[in-house]
Amino acid sequence: MELQTLIYLFVGASFALYIGIAIWAKAASTSDFYIAGGGVNPVMNGMATAADWMSAASFISLAGIVSLLGRDGTAYLMGWTGGYVLLAMLLAPYLRKFGKFTVPDFVGDRYYSDVARTVAVICVIFISFTYVAGQMRGVGIVFSRFLQVDIDTGVVLGMAVVFVYAVLGGMKGITYTQVAQYCVLIVAYTIPAIFLSLQITGDFLPQMGFGGTIEFAFDNGVREIPAGTYVLHALDQSFKDLGFAIPYTEGRAGVWDTFLLTVALMAGTAGLPHVIVRFFTVPRVRDARISAGWALLFISILYTVCPAVGAFGRLNLIKNLQNNDYAAWTRECTSEDLANIQAAQRAGQDTARMPCRGQWFATWENSGLIAWLDKNGDGKIQIANGGAFKGKAAYTGERGASGERLISNEAVATPAGQAVGNEVVVDRDIIVLANPEIAALPNWVIALIAAGGLAAALSTAAGLLLVISSSISHDLLGRVIYKDEATGKSKLSEGQELMAARIAAAFAILVAGYLGINPPGFVAQVVAFAFGLAAASFFPVIINGIFDKRMNKEGAIAGMAVGLTLTFVYIVLNVFVDSSGTYKIFSIEATGIGTVAMVIHFVVAYFVSRATAAPPQEIQDMVESIRIPRGAGDAVAH
Amino acid sequence: MDEQQARAYWQENIRTIMQLLVVWFIVSYGCGVLFVDLLDTIAIGGFKLGFWFAQQGSMYVFLILIFVYAKRMNTIDEKYDVHE
Repeated sequence: MELQTLIYLFVGASFALYIGIAIWAKAASTSDFYIAGGGVNPVMNGMATAADWMSAASFISLAGIVSLLGRDGTAYLMGWTGGYVLLAMLLAPYLRKFGKFTVPDFVGDRYYSDVARTVAVICVIFISFTYVAGQMRGVGIVFSRFLQVDIDTGVVLGMAVVFVYAVLGGMKGITYTQVAQYCVLIVAYTIPAIFLSLQITGDFLPQMGFGGTIEFAFDNGVREIPAGTYVLHALDQSFKDLGFAIPYTEGRAGVWDTFLLTVALMAGTAGLPHVIVRFFTVPRVRDARISAGWALLFISILYTVCPAVGAFGRLNLIKNLQNNDYAAWTRECTSEDLANIQAAQRAGQDTARMPCRGQWFATWENSGLIAWLDKNGDGKIQIANGGAFKGKAAYTGERGASGERLISNEAVATPAGQAVGNEVVVDRDIIVLANPEIAALPNWVIALIAAGGLAAALSTAAGLLLVISSSISHDLLGRVIYKDEATGKSKLSEGQELMAARIAAAFAILVAGYLGINPPGFVAQVVAFAFGLAAASFFPVIINGIFDKRMNKEGAIAGMAVGLTLTFVYIVLNVFVDSSGTYKIFSIEATGIGTVAMVIHFVVAYFVSRATAAPPQEIQDMVESIRIPRGAGDAVAH
Repeated sequence: MDEQQARAYWQENIRTIMQLLVVWFIVSYGCGVLFVDLLDTIAIGGFKLGFWFAQQGSMYVFLILIFVYAKRMNTIDEKYDVHE
């Protein structure tokens, strides 16, 4: 079938499935809307958590980041999985026993303070919006690349779908939709990876192929790498030959920077409200513990395949591009070309470098994700260390001698002593998006990638939007603005609060859509923000609330204030005001400040709490009670 | 459940968490970050050991840790009769 038809079919069918599930799982009460009625099976919750957690960035960009950074990509792999160990042991079971709807609920009740509750609400909203902007943009990008509509139309389409199932179904609708989305995204991710692993190493499992040997010999431009070489050795050798200072499996980043970044990502993961809230949805404390394990299992399937995909992608680029004749490789196939390819396939040979097999290269060149500057004028592509040209590719609109898209950028000279000069710039997202084409996989695999990318982006967006809407309707309206001073409860009826939650969700979708269409120019940087803030605020304040019975209102508020201010000011100064490092303290990177601020939060909170009065007896009793699993029961609103 | 038993339960809980988190720290920060270059001198198949821990092994260990934790806590819950 025609590729475009297949994509419409796959994407259309997956959307119909999501909306069907939402109608089936319509929320009838605030408990349904906020926490899916608290009756989700732990394995299902694990899947939903995995889909919620893995965003468009995980699906599309992570393999490319790891591929680009080599061993330095480790911080992301470990940071975004190791946080679940902290979540399972230090947060999830106790918060489930606490048995309320939201993270600000815990902060407000445990610290008997509406100031603390309001600070928590503001943090939740800020963290979630920074995150969701990137997701909506991701939806738009996937739509525009695969469905040939412009990015803005794609964002609006994505908004419409999320609108239907988040506003209607609430957490209940989202949870069951996310289970379906997880299945779509993991199949879409692993199938091309398995094909690649089989092609390159003959191993079925990419995790094994990652440490396996290549089945073919190839010329890296300097020397012939023989068949039977380990994948990682072939990469290391090629990196050395092509002038890279550091081989693929060695790190450039300092130990200290990697350490701080990994801690910030782990603590941030454990402190992100849209992740924590998922553990309110299971029936019992023991389910919350095991559910974190299931979530990590489902996440690890993608996260352990990801570095293999990164390494295979990097190897494939060198193997297929190096000294290949651009004009012949990217031309329209003639009948002779096709006959040659078929003959080679029958003989069991690798066809990836043959004439007309490189059309994907030209296609992605046209969409601006690949640029080639024929610096030495030989009509062949060279790939090596160093920049190909200065700045971002500026396309002139004309075609060069080989038919490539011409760019007006100034070429970068090849470093002295380097055998090969680099001529290509490849966007990191290519590693996943173009994988099936690079490996010449069937069309349905490409259609699957489109559906998988959308599933990843939509599931994360929906989870975040729900957290935003519940912070507004439940925490802000119900517990602060419409609080009945006499009883301490909300003056809103259940029906009114449910309506408020739906309106807040609709409003949040509109804001997210606006941010998706008019993205602030710093989406990538604000992710460090979200993690830093979560690590410096929620993670320590919740840990103290559970493990330190003596922790009081004063200590918590002082800790949050110091942690948040330090992270906020440091990131703004070092990322947005002056990124050259003028404002660095002890040469700490902006990405690692969350860790430092977290430690300071713990210290300040400890001393302030010890210098002020102990929390009231009923709060101490509450802490005792959340430490004991029995009697978790259903989560209650008030 | 009296106060003494509650305290004993909580201490056993903390001890379990601490033991598992020590493993967690050694595997992730120890093997994957701090001593990665040292471990890289050992090769296992196509992997340098430190690199393998950093990009594969640490994640497998995280998984095992959570399942061990859940199982051990269930046993402790029953021992102190606080299970659901």
